[in-house]
Amino acid sequence: MRTLAKLTWVEIKLFSREPITVIFSLAFPLVMLLVLAGVFGNEAEEEFRDAIPVDYYVPGYLAVVIASIGLIGLPVHLAAYRERGILRRFSASSVSPWSLFGAQVAVSFALAAVGSVLLVVAALLIYDAQLPESPARLVLAFVVSTLTFVVLGFLLGTVLANARAAQAVGLLLFLPMWLLSGAGPPREVMGGAMRGISDALPLTYVVTALQDAWLGLGSSTTELLVLTGVLLVAAALSLRFSRSL
Amino acid sequence: MNTVIEAEHLRKSYGSTVAVDDISFEVAEGEIFGVIGRNGAGKTTTVECVQGLRRPDAGRIRVLGLEPQSEARELRRRMGCQLQEAALPDRIKVWEALDLFASFVPGASDWRALMEQWGLADKRNAHFASLSGGQRQRLFVALALVNDPEVVFLDEMTAGLDPAGRRVAWGLIRAVRERGKTVVLVTHYMDEAEHLCDRVAIIDRGRIAALDTPQGLINSLGGRIHVTFSTDHTDLAWLEQVQHVQRVLRWGHRIEVEGTGPVLALVAAELVNRGIVPPDLRVEQPTLEDVFLALTDHELLDEAEG
Repeated sequence: MRTLAKLTWVEIKLFSREPITVIFSLAFPLVMLLVLAGVFGNEAEEEFRDAIPVDYYVPGYLAVVIASIGLIGLPVHLAAYRERGILRRFSASSVSPWSLFGAQVAVSFALAAVGSVLLVVAALLIYDAQLPESPARLVLAFVVSTLTFVVLGFLLGTVLANARAAQAVGLLLFLPMWLLSGAGPPREVMGGAMRGISDALPLTYVVTALQDAWLGLGSSTTELLVLTGVLLVAAALSLRFSRSL
Repeated sequence: MNTVIEAEHLRKSYGSTVAVDDISFEVAEGEIFGVIGRNGAGKTTTVECVQGLRRPDAGRIRVLGLEPQSEARELRRRMGCQLQEAALPDRIKVWEALDLFASFVPGASDWRALMEQWGLADKRNAHFASLSGGQRQRLFVALALVNDPEVVFLDEMTAGLDPAGRRVAWGLIRAVRERGKTVVLVTHYMDEAEHLCDRVAIIDRGRIAALDTPQGLINSLGGRIHVTFSTDHTDLAWLEQVQHVQRVLRWGHRIEVEGTGPVLALVAAELVNRGIVPPDLRVEQPTLEDVFLALTDHELLDEAEG
């Protein structure tokens, strides 16, 4: 436990010393949210699930925070650790792989939480956004989503050989998910093919589940089940591939 | 004396390349055991198999009585490793790295003392990325010792250190051994192996080409000793009669006596007896490097055969 706490703390300090990563992880979703909320104005619209755009986009960009950590931040971090021999240095010590894993999960959660709080506070102050209708469901959806994307991040960081590959593949996955999950144009305006692609993206289920909780719609059971399924498959694949670490 | 490391018939291939081909050796407690070889000879692979960082294709390994793969956790608590091609995060500070690695093991050494010993105290707040090659190397050795290990593996410990730094490192490694630790030293510095190691294994093309004390290896080469000096005396026929002298060569004032074993002492005594006291009496003995080259220089060996 002491080791896990120390590793987590060191990782948080290291993260805070990399300004570019901090900006990308925390500021990018914030800026996008502010732009979109500004563009779409202050009227409730049918295509925004009958909500005011800013209330539609706040949960959407919580999802983008989670996706940027899981698809880009974590895989690039892990691939760089492996590529540079940092994992080798750790694996020759007596630290357990579970402590290393646990510290990355803890740091990812901490980042997602900080990023989310920044988003919500900015939306409340600048656009007078509403507070979540069901905070408990929001927390549940947030935890399941973050865990799913952290494990996806582990899988990517495990199978991709180096930081450049992780960055390229991460962006290739992140961009369509960001644009087609409902965090860009609302799903209600998407045509058949686009909607089909959207249905196949894990982030879509994160966006929908967080919006359901925020706006007090639906039950999100399907979304949470889908995400749990993705989590289990990604975890199984990570374990399978990490043997050859 | 207890055996700390036993390796029997190790074998490891990468694809069709055989990196380690039937290597066996034992290391006793309190020994500084050297592993030398050319790049790609298989020395790092051998040591990594022993450390449990690689799984050998065949063979049996015990370190401190533990099987490195199945009892990895226990072994890693009790061994220390300084690895080639390892790194730390760029922005981690020296003290943070030592403190972190010390926290992995209950009852670890005092990392502050290690930081002092290895000359890192004034770099305690420096980021890893800003350290010089030599400073990184010293930090890695300190990390290898931070869990107060019973056996320490040092792979190219002094690569990147300046000559003074190397001497300091040698002294510290001797001090580690004096505390009863066992040290496995992979190196390609022959003088390091000769000065520091109790026994040395020369690995060549995945096999052990020779394994003995440094002096034993040198003796096994049967190398000649060359004693040289200058003198104006012309009548030196008696030199040929001195025991262990095999040949006397002369270039003007310069005399070169070739012999074996105690030839230097015998020649010197006889010179003094006859009132000849050359100020430039020198001796050249074969070194571990000569042994190493003789055993591993395949171009030379192939030429000799062809």
